[in-house]
Amino acid sequence: MTPTTFLVGQLFNGLSVSSILLLMALGLAITFGLMGVINMAHGELMMLGSYTAYVLQNLFVRQFGEQNFGGYFLVALPMSFVVAGLMGLLLERALIRHLYGRPLETLLATWGVSLILQQAMRQVFGANNVDVRSPNWLTGRWQPSAGLEFPHLRLFIIVFTALAIAGMYALLFRTNIGLKIRAVTQNRDMSACLGVPTAKVDAYTFSLGSGLAGVAGCILSLMGSVGPTTGQNYIVDAFMVVVLGGVGKLAGAIAGSFGIGECNTLFESFSTATMGKVIVFTLVILFLQWKPSGLFPSKSRSLD
Amino acid sequence: MSHRHDRPANPGRRDFFRKTVKLGAGAAAANFLPELGYNLMPRALGAEPVKVGILHSLSGTMAISETSLRDVELMAIEEINAKGGVLGRKVEAVVEDGASDWPTFAEKSRKLLQRDRVCSVFGCWTSASRKAVLPVFERLNGLLWYPVQYEGNECSHNVFYTGAAPNQQIGPAVTWLLKNRGKKFYLLGSDYVFPRTANLIIKAQLKAEGGQLVGEEYTPLGHMEYSTVVNKIRAARPDVVFSTINGDSNVAFYKQLRNAGITAHDMAVMAVSVAEDELRGIGGGVAEGHYAAWNYFETVNTPQNKLFVDKFKSRFGKNRVTDDPIEAAYFQVHLWAQAVQKAGATTVDAIRKGALGQEFQAPEGLVRIDPKNQHTWKTVRIGQIRSDGQFNVVYATDSPVRPQPWNTLLYPDRDCNWDLGGTVTRKKA
Repeated sequence: MTPTTFLVGQLFNGLSVSSILLLMALGLAITFGLMGVINMAHGELMMLGSYTAYVLQNLFVRQFGEQNFGGYFLVALPMSFVVAGLMGLLLERALIRHLYGRPLETLLATWGVSLILQQAMRQVFGANNVDVRSPNWLTGRWQPSAGLEFPHLRLFIIVFTALAIAGMYALLFRTNIGLKIRAVTQNRDMSACLGVPTAKVDAYTFSLGSGLAGVAGCILSLMGSVGPTTGQNYIVDAFMVVVLGGVGKLAGAIAGSFGIGECNTLFESFSTATMGKVIVFTLVILFLQWKPSGLFPSKSRSLD
Repeated sequence: MSHRHDRPANPGRRDFFRKTVKLGAGAAAANFLPELGYNLMPRALGAEPVKVGILHSLSGTMAISETSLRDVELMAIEEINAKGGVLGRKVEAVVEDGASDWPTFAEKSRKLLQRDRVCSVFGCWTSASRKAVLPVFERLNGLLWYPVQYEGNECSHNVFYTGAAPNQQIGPAVTWLLKNRGKKFYLLGSDYVFPRTANLIIKAQLKAEGGQLVGEEYTPLGHMEYSTVVNKIRAARPDVVFSTINGDSNVAFYKQLRNAGITAHDMAVMAVSVAEDELRGIGGGVAEGHYAAWNYFETVNTPQNKLFVDKFKSRFGKNRVTDDPIEAAYFQVHLWAQAVQKAGATTVDAIRKGALGQEFQAPEGLVRIDPKNQHTWKTVRIGQIRSDGQFNVVYATDSPVRPQPWNTLLYPDRDCNWDLGGTVTRKKA
């Protein structure tokens, strides 16, 4: 392996890490970024998506046999959105809507929710990790030249994330509900005066962010572990991306994840995994000292 | 809460406390009676049970591994009780949750020793939790039975180590790999005390036995992104990756290694923290062909193991699997019972004395507590992972290996010997 192929491989890995980070942070960019809810249970909503994939995989193996189980993933993707989205809806209606504008209480309450969800999964599926397998069509690799191998799974995640971002932009800027979401997050009182049902929009928005977390969890179940505490592994990275990017802007989350992803991979290639993380954290802290509202600060004056 | 509801409840609550305190004092006094009057009226007071503690994480990140140990320790206690208990008394377990939090472990062990007055505690998994409770056990003179392989360099009078010392797992694995898979080693571990100490030993051994180190890397606990590590491994072209990765990261590592197209055929991974229980979450298909070194596998072929596995599965479910720490947790309770029986008393000093040299036909084969260093003689095995998440045993020592808590390459002059008062410095020859 020549240094060049190593470097090209690392650039690709950086892109892959970035897209994974973005996928994790996308839901949070909506619930935390747009709505201002510090949702500590974001990781657990991802975990719900992972378990949805696990349940569907087992159902498919039972129904269609071992050879055809790979199809489960196509069903698991939308289902994980639905499951996590419904859980998000329930959360918002039952708990979070009573806590708007009280970030500390929200933080504690959602942390409690995360513990409840973890223990619930432990009761239902046991404390052990469960095994989610990649469908066959995602296990191959693309080999453009000797020494360079791009796993299909990572390529799939990059493409999927790009599509998800495009979908989000279309939803927020091209549809009626998107217009309402933006209106409510920019100026709640004015929207209410103009007849926008803000409570309903809040519920939809939170549910949408939760659903996206579920999808992320579903995809990440192919890369990492699936267990009751899986969500804890992702929550810090997701918050870091949104905070670095600038709360309130989707573009911020995109820039934040690519900054962190590429930097982390690059530093890690010259040092170690631990040092790579340390350097990235230090840089993020320094950057936030310099620009406290992140890469893409929200310019609206009416945000409270 | 309103005061209206609070006030009438208060006197009642105080009453309750007074009662429990009295009860507790009575129980504590009764505790001594059976020992004093054992010969006179063993059956009459035989109702007073022998109390032992079980201290594992039943919540938090470590619950995934430690819950099974609690289960199997309770199973062993039931077996002992079914045969009439020890010294004609029933064994009663006080179960505490260490909650994957090291200060909690220390606090709960203090509670078990001082309030419950247990004569032994079966517990801990991580070295961090063991290090946290160690001062408590030494100060209060308790006995901890610790069932997990660890990094060595410890020699406590208050611990019986029933998992492997490094020379009963890591050492033989390195030798076997050098002979069978190649000279070039890449060391990969989670970033904490066990992997770093283990790798010190491995590096010393590679130097002594003619191996070559081509890379060494540590990832934080819970690390999930192994693409860069895999890329580095690919560039270093090792014959063997010696993995001391612990916990969830293993799932990510094996999945991403297989995804990158590296199979056991190209390059073998030898793990010392991946057993049957972990493989259920990784998926046998993903890790197929790689290796792990342990003293026990579920597939070990002994009559004791057949009974053990059958019993375990019928009790906890067909999908549950046994593994090395589970087996050690099981047999250490039986070793303890034999020790108490031999000692004829339930004081810590008597049990310790009774335990030295104690032997048991465990599922893994014969195990024996070393009379000098309080570690356990165990058979060393290497297993190759099958697609169903079980192991084919590809290597086993002919007989149990003597435990050496201090590595002979790193600390050639140190030894753990309680005949001579603990850790001693050997005279140079």
